[in-house]
Amino acid sequence: MDNAIETNALGKRYRRRWALADCTLTVPAGQVTGLVGPNGAGKTTLLELAVGLLRPTTGTITVRRRSAFVAQGAPVYADLSVADHLRMGQRLSARWDAGLAWSRVNQAGLDPRQRAGRLSGGQRAQLALTLAVARRPELLVLDEPAANLDPLARRDFLDSVTRAVADSGEGMTTVFSSHLVADLERTCGYLILLAGGQVRLAGQVDALLERNHARSLDDLVVTYLREVPR
Amino acid sequence: MTWLAWRQARAQTLIALSAVLVVAIVAFADGRTSTMLRMWLSVLVIVVPGLLGAFWGAPLVAAELESGSFRLAWTQDVSRVRWLALRLTVSGLAATAVAGLLSWVVTWWAGPLDHAGLDQFGSFDSRDIGPAGYAAFAFVLGVLCGVLLRRTVPAMAATLVGFTAARVAFRLLARPVLLPPVSAALPLDPATTGYGSSGFLPIAPPPGLQPAAPSLPDAWVTSIGIVNGKGDGLTGSVLTANCPDIGHGGGGGIVNPLANGSSHVPASQGVADTMHDCVARIAATYHEVVTYQPASRYWPLQWEELAVFVAAALLLAVACAWRVRRIG
Repeated sequence: MDNAIETNALGKRYRRRWALADCTLTVPAGQVTGLVGPNGAGKTTLLELAVGLLRPTTGTITVRRRSAFVAQGAPVYADLSVADHLRMGQRLSARWDAGLAWSRVNQAGLDPRQRAGRLSGGQRAQLALTLAVARRPELLVLDEPAANLDPLARRDFLDSVTRAVADSGEGMTTVFSSHLVADLERTCGYLILLAGGQVRLAGQVDALLERNHARSLDDLVVTYLREVPR
Repeated sequence: MTWLAWRQARAQTLIALSAVLVVAIVAFADGRTSTMLRMWLSVLVIVVPGLLGAFWGAPLVAAELESGSFRLAWTQDVSRVRWLALRLTVSGLAATAVAGLLSWVVTWWAGPLDHAGLDQFGSFDSRDIGPAGYAAFAFVLGVLCGVLLRRTVPAMAATLVGFTAARVAFRLLARPVLLPPVSAALPLDPATTGYGSSGFLPIAPPPGLQPAAPSLPDAWVTSIGIVNGKGDGLTGSVLTANCPDIGHGGGGGIVNPLANGSSHVPASQGVADTMHDCVARIAATYHEVVTYQPASRYWPLQWEELAVFVAAALLLAVACAWRVRRIG
């Protein structure tokens, strides 16, 4: 099977603490992969290694797709307007789809003249997602994109991620992390469970459920997390 | 891309340029005669580059690292080093232009007073093209401090300290010898040579003979010394051997330095005669040596100052790029 990301004995150390240790995994191309794990499991570290914000301390990571990234908290420039952000995306991107960007901004009901610092959490996440999707990436990486949103905005946001993946039409590979299994349940075909800086479980969601005789993804994840030594 | 770098520097640049315009209007409206205003404008030209470094340079990367927006900026198709290079260029040129323009306005405004003063090196630091170089240097120093410390406020403080240290060190150690100074020998004049010490406590040198500076209009006198035919300096023991009473007994003094008119009290005739005889005895074997930068060196030194600080800015820019590439 074609893989978008492959890691081999990947490790990342911050000063004394290993955020990720001896981590070997693959992310299959053309599907949505959920990266789940408790806080501090190494999810952000793994994703930032994948998009080149961090460099491995040990091991290797190979990314075979052109990626776009939405970081935790959906950072944007507070004093630039929504329209300025789209111009920024255009100028910093090799394959910018301006039509897609504008239609997504209109759909999300964002005022192009609004300064990004005045957007609500949900609107800011939509803007950040638009900036990533309009680059027409082959690999979309989202780090806890819904973490700080209220339940309604959270549902809207996850739906728009699903829609963006479906609309991309080219089988855009998507990886997104969350510490809430519920976020992943409706969207993911492939699951990677990370805890204590290591992979605890990885595979197609259907197969994992069947093999472990689990009723839900939640049960499955909790079962595996119980086994993690504290 | 240049549009974007400019978009992020636009507001602050326009504010700074407006401020320069206001300074120009205020200064010219006041006439061109106030030496007090001349002093404050000179101070402004001297501090503005450091402020540009602290308020524009330091946050350039540090604020992005603090807010997390670097995760947006550095994951685009344009590499982070290329993006940094562009932002350094655009904002750095803006800082250089603001300081250069301010210096040009102040130089123009102060022209008549400066010419009358015959002391062009006295205002060397706050006129003409040097300040533009200081601003370029301070700006990139600020960016580098931000990249290294990763937090805006400590980076601003480090920028101000580092910039001040660099300027003072260059002024004291490099500028006087950047071009080899000219030296001139002249006889020690008993009529104008005094006794005392000049300098700041606690680094004031021990008291000695103080010859008057020669009349060299618009030149920069970098040192005045007393040497004999072999080039040896006048030592304290030679001085006391020739003038056993020097430093003892009454001399002249300053009664009230704040009072107007004559506040200087001349020494008594007897003391003055003793001093005159003493200097005359020493002048038999010793003479005065003055080293100075002639008036014609003003522009070569301005250009060299600009070149040195711009070159330093470019070196620091390379260090910024190297560090930014390694973050993560």
